[in-house]
Amino acid sequence: MNFKDILHETYSALSANKVRSGLTMLGIVIGISSVIAMVSIGNGAQGSIKSSIQSAGSNLVTVTPGAQQGQGFQVSTGRGAARTLKPADAEAIAGEVASVKAVSAELTSRYQVAARGTNTNTSIVGVTTAYPDVRNVVIDEGSWITDQNLRNLSKVAVLGPTARNDLFGEGASATGQTIRINNVQFKVIGVTVSKGGTGFNNQDDMIFIPLTSAQKFLAGDTYVSSISVQVVDADSMKQVQQDITDLLLARHKISDPALADFSTFNQADLTAAISTVTQTFTILLGSVAGISLLVGGIGIMNMMLTTVTERTREIGLRKAVGAKRRDINRQFLAEAVALTFLGGVVGVILGWLISYGVTYFGILETQVTLSSVLLAFGVSAAIGIAFGYYPARRAAGLNPIDALRYE
Amino acid sequence: MIEVKNVKKTYKVGETEKLDALKGVSFTIEDGEFVAIMGPSGSGKSTLMHILGCLDIPTSGKYFLDGKDVSSLSDDELADIRKGKIGFVFQSFNLLPRTTVLRNTMLPLVYAGIDGKKRKEKAVAALKAAGLDELHFSHLSNQLSGGQIQRVAISRALVNYPSLILADEPTGNLDTKTGEIVLGTFQKLNEEQGRTIILITHEHDVAEHAKRTISIRDGLIVEDKKHVQRKISHQNI
Repeated sequence: MNFKDILHETYSALSANKVRSGLTMLGIVIGISSVIAMVSIGNGAQGSIKSSIQSAGSNLVTVTPGAQQGQGFQVSTGRGAARTLKPADAEAIAGEVASVKAVSAELTSRYQVAARGTNTNTSIVGVTTAYPDVRNVVIDEGSWITDQNLRNLSKVAVLGPTARNDLFGEGASATGQTIRINNVQFKVIGVTVSKGGTGFNNQDDMIFIPLTSAQKFLAGDTYVSSISVQVVDADSMKQVQQDITDLLLARHKISDPALADFSTFNQADLTAAISTVTQTFTILLGSVAGISLLVGGIGIMNMMLTTVTERTREIGLRKAVGAKRRDINRQFLAEAVALTFLGGVVGVILGWLISYGVTYFGILETQVTLSSVLLAFGVSAAIGIAFGYYPARRAAGLNPIDALRYE
Repeated sequence: MIEVKNVKKTYKVGETEKLDALKGVSFTIEDGEFVAIMGPSGSGKSTLMHILGCLDIPTSGKYFLDGKDVSSLSDDELADIRKGKIGFVFQSFNLLPRTTVLRNTMLPLVYAGIDGKKRKEKAVAALKAAGLDELHFSHLSNQLSGGQIQRVAISRALVNYPSLILADEPTGNLDTKTGEIVLGTFQKLNEEQGRTIILITHEHDVAEHAKRTISIRDGLIVEDKKHVQRKISHQNI
């Protein structure tokens, strides 16, 4: 029995009962397409979270203050309340650590902001001129805070688009207007471009003022709440993080790193941690889809067993005219594999369409990877063999005499 | 040539009981003979047919087919013998459903590994020899009458030039007239092509169409004689 004969037999057997073959195939189609769609959605979610982390600035090492933890007692204070980082620390990092591209010292706090009768509560960020580069912020209208503003303790403010909308209305021009932050008047000199409202802290709902002004008029102290350090490339991040730690320990005269009054935070670590989470999530989705694939496979086995029973006399006849076990085995295995393979092809197309639809309707930027398609094909062929094996073996093992007499 | 020497077949029935279907049967059939094996149901004729057709092996005794001892072969070895040397015609026809006459006839050639073009030539020759009109060749098996179906089955049996054609109650599901036509077809094949034919039947009328009748009862041969053949006129075929 050559390959062409097997193809012909398979075709005529499957087309003899199109509805049944179709329904059985549907199980595989659903299984494969959900594997493809789920994995692509999982990958898309991972990509989306990663890009949202990157939008806060790329290759960042963030230094935040923390209360010094001594032996025997612990001062439990909020991180924001710790006043251990000074602007001089930021200057030292910029001056002494290698592979640093830019350093931005920030002082963030929430205040009530009022303008022309409306008011809102939002994050007020005291910034330097380095902030836009480090944090990927772009000016939409007006200008950014200048060195002169910083030197003169100017009462000027740059609004995030959400803050602008809250205070002045959707899309209104805010430059030149006056706002009151914590009852101190500031003049609006610019508005930033929207970055999209996803991520951990919405960078659109912020108001930026000169760091020196924030320290003088709002905080009344000279500390900063975080120092963002942009590193030249991703490979140097670990080294820079270590160098910053060493430098600040020395500056703060702390010999034991366990007692550090600050903490450094590597963006790559966060990305890696998130990746682990989303990967687990993808595996979870994939395995749920995999279960439906398994159910589809059982459907195949069920149909093949029915087919073998229905065609017992045919099997008997084939054996009587000289078919060997191997011939019968191949014929029925080919049927099962053809079912799963066709189901696999349709499933891949359907899965791709689903993930395309998810992207098209803007729910998530999905990615169908070649590996998931190959995996789906491999799995569907394997299912065909695995679930077709038992029925085919049963057919091949039939005794021709009994099979011919079967009613 | 067929040589059966003291063939016995015992079936297990349940745990301990045994059924002796054949209790020691011996005979020889030369090439070109037309033999009827006759006996009532339960006589062991079906068991004998299965052994002669290499579908089963005897419990003891020897069976030589064309000089080869086939009494102790494995399933797959028996399949090889069947595909080269034996053509079956069944009472219930056993054509493949939804399959053309031509493809049904070619079935043994598929397993014998003969290539596509030769298959068709051989199938057409066999169908013509079995007296089936060419216009039915591309019909599906369920579009044919009983007599036509049995002729397709006969052509399937002889398509690969087997040493032996085994017909198991070939007229059992046919009316008398159609049955005679089928028997006439066997006679014609026997005379014109010298095919060896073994006809298994329980009817005396049917057995008369052969040239020799082996009567079997309770697993033993009770009579083995050559006789005058009741001829079917070839005009009717």
